[in-house]
Amino acid sequence: MNNKYKVVLAIIIFAGGWIFGSSNNEAPVITSSVGGASYEGGFESEVTVGAVPHRSVAGNIHVVSPGDSIQAAVEAAQPGDTIQVMPGTYSETVYIDKDDIHLVGVIQNGARATLDGLGKLNDAILYSGNNIIIENFRITQYKGNGIMGQAGNNFEIRNNVIVDTGIYGIFPQLGTNGLVEHNVVSGIEDAAIYIGMSDNIHVAYNEVFDSVAGIEIENSRHAIVEYNNAHHNTGGILAFVTPGLPIKTTEDVIIRNNFVSDNNTPNFGAPGSIVSGIPAGTGILVMAADDVIIEGNIITNNKTAGIIINDHSFAPTITMDIQSDPNADRTMILDNVMLNNGYDTIPEVMAVALTELHTGLVDIVHVGPSNGSCIINRHRYRTVGIGDYSECGFTNTDSIDSYLLAGGAQPRVIASSERGEIAYLGVCAGCHSYTGRLIGPSVQVIQAMYADNPQGLAAYINAPIKRRDNFPEMPAQNYLDSETQLAVAKYMLQVSN
Amino acid sequence: MTKYLINNKANRNAFSCIFATLIAMSFTLAQSAESTFALADKCPPSFALDNNNQCQLRNLYQLYDSLQDRGLGGLKTALPKHRDGFSPQQIDLGRLLFFDPVLSADKNLSCANCHNPTLGFSDGMDRSVGARGQVSQRSSPTLWNSAFLSVFFWDARAHSLEEQAIGPLFSDKEMANTPEQLLSNLNQVAAYPRLFEQAFPASKDALTIDNTVTALSAFQSSLISLNSAYDRYAHGDAKALSPHELEGLNVFRSFVARCSQCHTPPLFTNQQVAVIGTPEPVGLPRDIGAAETFSAKRLIGGFKVPTLRNIARTAPYMHSGRFATLREAAEFYTKGRGHAVPEGEELLLHWHISDPKLTDTELDRLVDFMGALSDESFMPETPSQVPSGLLNTSTSLAAALEK
Repeated sequence: MNNKYKVVLAIIIFAGGWIFGSSNNEAPVITSSVGGASYEGGFESEVTVGAVPHRSVAGNIHVVSPGDSIQAAVEAAQPGDTIQVMPGTYSETVYIDKDDIHLVGVIQNGARATLDGLGKLNDAILYSGNNIIIENFRITQYKGNGIMGQAGNNFEIRNNVIVDTGIYGIFPQLGTNGLVEHNVVSGIEDAAIYIGMSDNIHVAYNEVFDSVAGIEIENSRHAIVEYNNAHHNTGGILAFVTPGLPIKTTEDVIIRNNFVSDNNTPNFGAPGSIVSGIPAGTGILVMAADDVIIEGNIITNNKTAGIIINDHSFAPTITMDIQSDPNADRTMILDNVMLNNGYDTIPEVMAVALTELHTGLVDIVHVGPSNGSCIINRHRYRTVGIGDYSECGFTNTDSIDSYLLAGGAQPRVIASSERGEIAYLGVCAGCHSYTGRLIGPSVQVIQAMYADNPQGLAAYINAPIKRRDNFPEMPAQNYLDSETQLAVAKYMLQVSN
Repeated sequence: MTKYLINNKANRNAFSCIFATLIAMSFTLAQSAESTFALADKCPPSFALDNNNQCQLRNLYQLYDSLQDRGLGGLKTALPKHRDGFSPQQIDLGRLLFFDPVLSADKNLSCANCHNPTLGFSDGMDRSVGARGQVSQRSSPTLWNSAFLSVFFWDARAHSLEEQAIGPLFSDKEMANTPEQLLSNLNQVAAYPRLFEQAFPASKDALTIDNTVTALSAFQSSLISLNSAYDRYAHGDAKALSPHELEGLNVFRSFVARCSQCHTPPLFTNQQVAVIGTPEPVGLPRDIGAAETFSAKRLIGGFKVPTLRNIARTAPYMHSGRFATLREAAEFYTKGRGHAVPEGEELLLHWHISDPKLTDTELDRLVDFMGALSDESFMPETPSQVPSGLLNTSTSLAAALEK
């Protein structure tokens, strides 16, 4: 930023205003946000209830009591089962590497199932499966994350209390279609709720406080953040593109109807972390994210600014990534209630304000290039850097309930014949060639043994026994589901070269 | 092989003219050595041959999806987009070329010297040795699973297998060849012109640099390693990992160690550039890495995140092989952010380089887990002889190392 240049430019603008005598007393254009046009961009909205598809058949219930291991119950559970954890304290890392598990804390007379990391354990709950529900836990004193998802689709993380736990309170990553609601998260060194590299997300009715970042939407698309209370963090609600990550965009984010107040906590983020650059006193921060709508929030008492929109060049400590678009384009600011923001702002914002001869409070500041941004009722706010914002052609997002997918994200459908070929070539071919010995016997030998008996071959694949002294024992291929086992058996019995 | 002899025009010519008996005899003698080289008409394991004579990759990760089709995620996540569609003949020609020292200026280095199959397609050295014994700046990376990469070299300067293959062939510090010299050398080897014709039947002029590079790329794309113990666990066998390996997986993906944030499954790299601040070999200046590629000071000391598949096979570690063991490499990350950056040097270290305070036990478990990423079940066959007849130094080197 060349501030000298901007100051000169400001003086010219000021002089122009003085010479031409622009009036400040014209009645502003007042736009009603009630009943007007609704936003029509963004993800095609669908009517949904929750993110995890409803179970048509109730599975088994596994009850875990204090003294038992939650992980043992996870290992015993089949997809479709529910694990109920009774009130009491559990010190373990729970990891769910299977689909369709509901992990439910039982709350009795206000007492919760508490996961206590004792300041020693890494993460409380990790999941990689699809269709996972995690609810009603109290999580404290872990070093890493409270609840962390890695690529699971269709998840609901609900009604958890996460206190003084490591880096992120709730961190779903690389997943599609997730709901994070009714959680109370505090005392987190990075983001209390961090949506990383994910699509179709709904974050609602959470209270996040005493953390560096309240809610962070990073390198994610189609997210709604609504009805949350983000207070007493360093920054309240963030929509970011972080350069250097493998998925490059943040797009189509609606931040609406949240309380964002008193986010003035000194930054206690780890040195070098992305959030360590957030100035204390930041209400809502949009960095390089596109198509972000900010509507209906009550934004008060954030000392640096109510809303900061900036490009990557405003953040000198982040890496260089040529594949990452540095600008925040198409920011859309609808009606918000903004009180007493920017009362003790940072020099960088003051410098930008000075270019417009703006002094005093700052509700909204935009730094860096912006294409296609808009606002309504701009006269209500103390603004800096939004001179090129147009009037929005809509006044609300009432037509959009949710960006969640009706029926959930669907797994890839692979025909069973294709499954057979994939498994045969992807796995079997390493040890079995059509003719001649590789590591196991040749396919021709196997075909002779199981000519009309694919079921028998599938059973052997599932649980092999040692038959030949001069061959190594075959490892069980029981990670393949029974459909795939039969498909590969049929495929193997018909190959001809 | 027989089919090859029947179509052998040179042999037919030899019988067509008695006057040229002497010449023909010498030709036939040369051919007899040459005739042992015939190209496979079947795809390597893990590939299906389609009706266009192209090998199409099949693996279990094709049963899954990934966010934005980027091939990043957790256990049941699709891999990144891959290269395939080469013919069996192209892959096999690539294999012969890969092991043939005739590709280098001095005819003493093959690709396999630095990418030795018995050493995880790396070379066991901290920094590789190129033409005329020159020690290069960086360590030789594995070639396993390079079909899935879109970024090549430590400094992220190439974006395809072909672009990558050009690098070492014509780098003065590596194989030190020139396009003219390489073509001339290949043409002097009796077998190559016709092997190229067989692999590239549609080309008018089959023996070209482009086709050489295509064949090398074809071979590299066939080096698939996706059947490790980890993979069996990922696909659903809860018992595939030992208790120690499983503990290691949970450290690996924890947000304390954060390994999986950059070494992201299923490929175990996110293919981004990261500045982590490992020490250079004693006495050597900072290798600026990707800062040169992107003309960006913020990337000084930045290197492409390498895959960890078969990582236990490719010691020593990091871009200049500074760490002899996986244990030392893992330990680097827990000695404090920037601990190895000399005083006064400013590096913009990656945000995940933190201070995780891993215990000795956790480091041991990480090493256990990384060992569970080994799989060489689709190891290609090293040819016992290459078309040039030159000594395949890589195999003798391997034999020496094994002793």
